[in-house]
Amino acid sequence: MHEYSLIQALLERVEREARAHQATRIHKLKVRLGEQAGVDPELFSTAYQMFRQGTLCEGAELEVKKVPARWTCSGCGRAIASGEVLVCPDCGAPAKLAEGDELFLDSIDMEVP
Amino acid sequence: MCSTCGCGDTKLVPVDVHDRLLATNDQQARHNREHFQTQGVLALNLMGSPGSGKTAILEATAKALDGKVRVGAVSGDLATDNDAQRLRAAGIPAAAITTGQGCHLDAELVHHALHGFPTAELDVFFIENVGNLVCPAIYDLGQAANVVALSVTEGEDKPLKYPVMFRNAQLVLLTKVDLVPHLEVRVELIRENLSKVMPGAKVISFSARTGEGMKEWLAWLEEQRKPLLDRPRFKAPHEHRNILARPR
Repeated sequence: MHEYSLIQALLERVEREARAHQATRIHKLKVRLGEQAGVDPELFSTAYQMFRQGTLCEGAELEVKKVPARWTCSGCGRAIASGEVLVCPDCGAPAKLAEGDELFLDSIDMEVP
Repeated sequence: MCSTCGCGDTKLVPVDVHDRLLATNDQQARHNREHFQTQGVLALNLMGSPGSGKTAILEATAKALDGKVRVGAVSGDLATDNDAQRLRAAGIPAAAITTGQGCHLDAELVHHALHGFPTAELDVFFIENVGNLVCPAIYDLGQAANVVALSVTEGEDKPLKYPVMFRNAQLVLLTKVDLVPHLEVRVELIRENLSKVMPGAKVISFSARTGEGMKEWLAWLEEQRKPLLDRPRFKAPHEHRNILARPR
């Protein structure tokens, strides 16, 4: 389960940002997880609830935005549906993931002096 | 302090970050990649389930190359250095990375293993990842390409169950194909499933035992080495920047 190490990276990043802004409290974290990011959003949230104890994020809400996978042709840009062969039926170029591999910390709502 | 009246109240502000959660790992991976490129070594991240035949691939590859292309490896496991011992017995310079409870290698673990390892004397450097089809896929280690070992005994639907692993692969070695006559497995179905999760799927049917697919695999390796062969090669690694402390 790598969700633990991801949460650890998240908490460290938040602490760094909080110090830089001299924040006194963290209210909310906004995170984006792609369907193809290799992270289970439920496990991610559970790991967050466990590991935020005793950190600056102890009372902070975690908002997870799930991003569905969206494939397009790397040559002509045509949309290719998930579950289809990942080669463009028109031009033969391989598909590329246009969206859905996000593993992002978007923003932090913090209380500052 | 409140800027309006000086009452000492705090204010709530949204701070934009817009950065990858694995930014620290990515930074270390870039550093590793510089190492490999400067030294002219092709680094490959070899992943797959436990027992998919990763170590056997390396043993057979070293035997087939017979010193003409110099290979070395680090091998990640939760416990024991059995794989590294097997590789050394096959004449491959090898070191173990024992991860304890860690289910994957990260860029920093690989960087630690590089210290004192003679990568500059190699042509191809394999990072044999922890046996696992989930976690290793999302950590960049600084490799030039990902190779996934998938054995025919694992079931036809593994690619559909673990799409992220295969999406990130540049090559799949379909291992243990010598067992196909003894199994009720449809190789064509495995290939079809791979084509639905791996863009422009590149798959080689491979057997470490019979040598099937070896020629194609060595040709693929040679193709990957090409961009490196045109570059000037420096033996000494570049100067180190301050490496971030490993989180406990």
